[in-house]
Amino acid sequence: MKKLLALMLVLVMVFAFTACTGTEGDANAKKGSVYWLNFKPESDGALKEIAKLYTDKTGVEVKVVTAASGTYNETLTAEMDKGDAAPTLFVVGNSAAVDTWGDFCYDLTDTDIAKELNTDAYMLKDENGKLCSIGYCYECYGIIVNTALLEKAGFARDYITNFATLKEVAEKVHAEADTLGFDAFSSAGMDDSSSWRFTGHMINLEYYYESVDDPAAWEVCPAEIKGTYMDNYKNLYDLMVTNSKTDRKDLATGGFDAGAEFKNQEALFYVNGNWEWGGISEAGMKAEDLTMIPYYCGVEGEEKAGLNCGTENYWAVNANASEENIKATLDFMKWLVTDADASAKAVATFGVMPYKNAVESSNPFLAQANEYAAAGNYTMPWVTNFQPNVDAYRAAAVSAINAYNADPTDATWEAVETAFVAGWAQNYQAIQ
Amino acid sequence: MTTTGTNLAAKAKNINQRAQRRSKIRKWSATVIFTLISLFYVFPVFMVLINSFKLNTFVKTETFSLPTAESFAGFANFIKGMTFGGYPFWKSVLYSTVITILSTVLILIFTSMAAWYISRVNSVFCKIVYFACVFSMVVPFQMVMFTLSKTATTLKLNTPWTIPIIYLGFGAGLAVFMFTGFVKSIPLEIEEAASIDGCGPVRTYFLVVLPMLRPTMISVGILELMWVWNDYLLPYLVLDINKYKTIPIHIQYLKGSYGTVDLGATMAIILMAIIPVIIIYLFCQKHIIKGVAAGAVKG
Amino acid sequence: MKKKAKRRDHASINSKNIRRTIMYWSPLFLLPMVVSFIIGFVWPFIHGAFLSFTQFVITSKWTWVGFENYIKAFQDESFRYSFLFTTLYAFVSLVLINVLAFSVAFALTHKFRGTNIFRTVFFMPNLIGGIVLGYIWSMIFDGLLSAYQKSVITDTGWGFWGLIILMCWQQVGYMMIIYIAGLQAIPESLMEAAKIDGANGFQTLFKITIPNVMSSVTICLFLSLTNGFKLFDQNLALTGGLPYIINPDGTTVHTTEMLALNIYNTFYTSGSAKGVAQAKAVLFFILVAAIGLIQLRSTRNKEVQQ
Repeated sequence: MKKLLALMLVLVMVFAFTACTGTEGDANAKKGSVYWLNFKPESDGALKEIAKLYTDKTGVEVKVVTAASGTYNETLTAEMDKGDAAPTLFVVGNSAAVDTWGDFCYDLTDTDIAKELNTDAYMLKDENGKLCSIGYCYECYGIIVNTALLEKAGFARDYITNFATLKEVAEKVHAEADTLGFDAFSSAGMDDSSSWRFTGHMINLEYYYESVDDPAAWEVCPAEIKGTYMDNYKNLYDLMVTNSKTDRKDLATGGFDAGAEFKNQEALFYVNGNWEWGGISEAGMKAEDLTMIPYYCGVEGEEKAGLNCGTENYWAVNANASEENIKATLDFMKWLVTDADASAKAVATFGVMPYKNAVESSNPFLAQANEYAAAGNYTMPWVTNFQPNVDAYRAAAVSAINAYNADPTDATWEAVETAFVAGWAQNYQAIQ
Repeated sequence: MTTTGTNLAAKAKNINQRAQRRSKIRKWSATVIFTLISLFYVFPVFMVLINSFKLNTFVKTETFSLPTAESFAGFANFIKGMTFGGYPFWKSVLYSTVITILSTVLILIFTSMAAWYISRVNSVFCKIVYFACVFSMVVPFQMVMFTLSKTATTLKLNTPWTIPIIYLGFGAGLAVFMFTGFVKSIPLEIEEAASIDGCGPVRTYFLVVLPMLRPTMISVGILELMWVWNDYLLPYLVLDINKYKTIPIHIQYLKGSYGTVDLGATMAIILMAIIPVIIIYLFCQKHIIKGVAAGAVKG
Repeated sequence: MKKKAKRRDHASINSKNIRRTIMYWSPLFLLPMVVSFIIGFVWPFIHGAFLSFTQFVITSKWTWVGFENYIKAFQDESFRYSFLFTTLYAFVSLVLINVLAFSVAFALTHKFRGTNIFRTVFFMPNLIGGIVLGYIWSMIFDGLLSAYQKSVITDTGWGFWGLIILMCWQQVGYMMIIYIAGLQAIPESLMEAAKIDGANGFQTLFKITIPNVMSSVTICLFLSLTNGFKLFDQNLALTGGLPYIINPDGTTVHTTEMLALNIYNTFYTSGSAKGVAQAKAVLFFILVAAIGLIQLRSTRNKEVQQ
């Protein structure tokens, strides 16, 4: 009797070890399941809704998990080590990630989902030509402008065409902020929740113009960069932080709400991207009062600049997943870009999807991007996708910018340059 | 002459009274000084309380003032806090509670049994196990974190219901050490008497030894409770973090995610996380303080 | 030893029988703990030690590199820096925490109104986890320092003292409890004897009180030392290693990053250097274990003396 008790106790232990394997395995074996390790926190809610829609429709379980911003690599590393519980659908958003995760990518060449793409622009391949990941949406960013306020400040809607005019407007508005009731730029918070707007987006202008000078060097992730246009980045960054209601010395710790400043008509400019449209329209602003302008920064010929368009949102399918899970994942992807309801929802979240049968976008900023392109302006693709070892790279840049903001001198700016330029080479080495 | 006598007596009485009064004053001033220090000590918690009622943008600019008509947010922060960070707060509380209680119970039962076995059987194998346990006490978590999280996921121990096994494994060292120390001090005669009365080892252990282990159980239990409840890194690395967030993980995630950080809501969450702990502490503080002291002195 | 001899005297067969029946039950008594211990400690430890000699991205694909990872760890400036920073931090916090804790404990062992309440208050921060503590203090420091446009994440000095203040707030109560236990164990007669001999307050403190709580002192010193060296959660939540020094070659030194956080960052944010991270972890283990072993030895010596 007593021995039985002992045995049972041990059995309980053993059961605890195996319980999960049993139940989860059985349910998923037949249909396969999808585990999407999502990358963009702001799309988390919508993706979960879409996942539920798919599960309700087909019975296939779709799990959406979102990594906190700045931790995707960390999360992916941890999750990928989880064997059968690893993500089946994950994000390999740039060539550096292809280097790291290429072995884990299922070759998407000639899959149904790859055939749905309407452009070749959003494909990432490894050195052997394996199609590792494909874009599922693209976006644009720049400087969002409240044109109603611009007119109130005495300028025409299309007055700003280069850095000189941008500067003129910003400085005038900032000087008259008290009488106008609004300031030029919304606060440029450098806390984790907002610093990527400058270390991940605005810095694109530097990389982009550099890549124009030397396109050959930028076909793949360059081992080092020159920093030729760092002064232009400085132009724009300085203009932004000196012409806003928050003192630049207070930016490091955050605690203010740039989005709210813009939505409450307290700021004329808001450095961000098309994904803000949802929040802005909810706040009651109308599409006709909004526009997005390029990062004007004092580069020659920038009157012909367009918006920064591109994506870090590339789907990759885990090659180590079980066959039925891979199939389930590919089916889910195809459904997402072809099904009318699903793609409408996805497009509403992501802006626009580069797929033949996906619904068109109603986002005014993306429309703006099209307008610029149609007018013959050059689109600035997202060269930031090349940023090597991106989390560590950006963290160093943020720290350097904080030091610069605390004490804006040439010496501290030099550290910012070092973080961006020498830091690039260093982080490139680190992941080799 | 008699008058001088009474004078002396009166003087002595006077001196005595003065000394008493002086020591009374000293005692009262000690109380006053320590009251001030204590107020200073609870000040951070008080700050959390008042800032949890402020609107986001005022937390940083008017940290130390009470909420004003302009900055008062009412209970909005608490309502927002329940779902802030894209994850329901009650779930974090639930998972933290499940993990903590299960882990502590497992540790208390199995390590005390092992400790009794080790000190009574004392074979070579037991000595090895005991030595390994003592050894594990000096190993920092960083040494094993990467491989442990890997092992945990391979064995499917990555849910709140199975992670206690990891806690049992990693936390066994200290518990076995403390229990063994105590069991060794229990005279063998009691158990021998029990076995003469016909008790097998199981009944001997549960009916005779276990009740005697109570004080050590309390100290070990409190140490493990405090450790598991507040642990951040182990569950963060092992659990499927978006499905299962414990309270520390939940709070750490507020910083980086979802656009602008709402400091007011963050403070509301922190307040909701620490108030129950403080209340429990106030009720069982004697046990907790005693347990910690015993654990530290032995460890 | 004495006990064994005694046992052999009158109940040796009996106790041998007892032992055998207990061993019969080992699957119940020993197995669950040993199995979990292997999963939760022994295997990860061995596996980790092994991986420190290899290069790997995920653990199942590795290549042997010998001591290269250790050499790289020593060459890593940020690691050396965090070692120095941690050492400095551990010693400063050790001194402050113990001086404060002893003073408070000494005062609270005198009888005056409210000592129990004060003790309760001082111990309270120990119940709050490191991450939460980090956030609470980061809010307070931000509020305090933003008036001077400074912050614990932009100024190494403030970061350092911020961490010290935070740790004092948390640990003083804990050490105080241990000191109080030590102080209360001093026999009343010793104190009275000192009083009769005409010793003043200071003489009693240094000649009687402190020598008699030396075992508590040792425990507290080692506890605060290892706590200082192993600090992670508070570090992560309060400063996260910020601010960085940006070297001309693009490498960074995280100026408030302590060893544990440095290892963590090497594992999870610095690309493919996971073998190096594991090597750092082994070095970290050796350091912490050395402190622990010295402690064990010194407390054991004390026991012999007593």
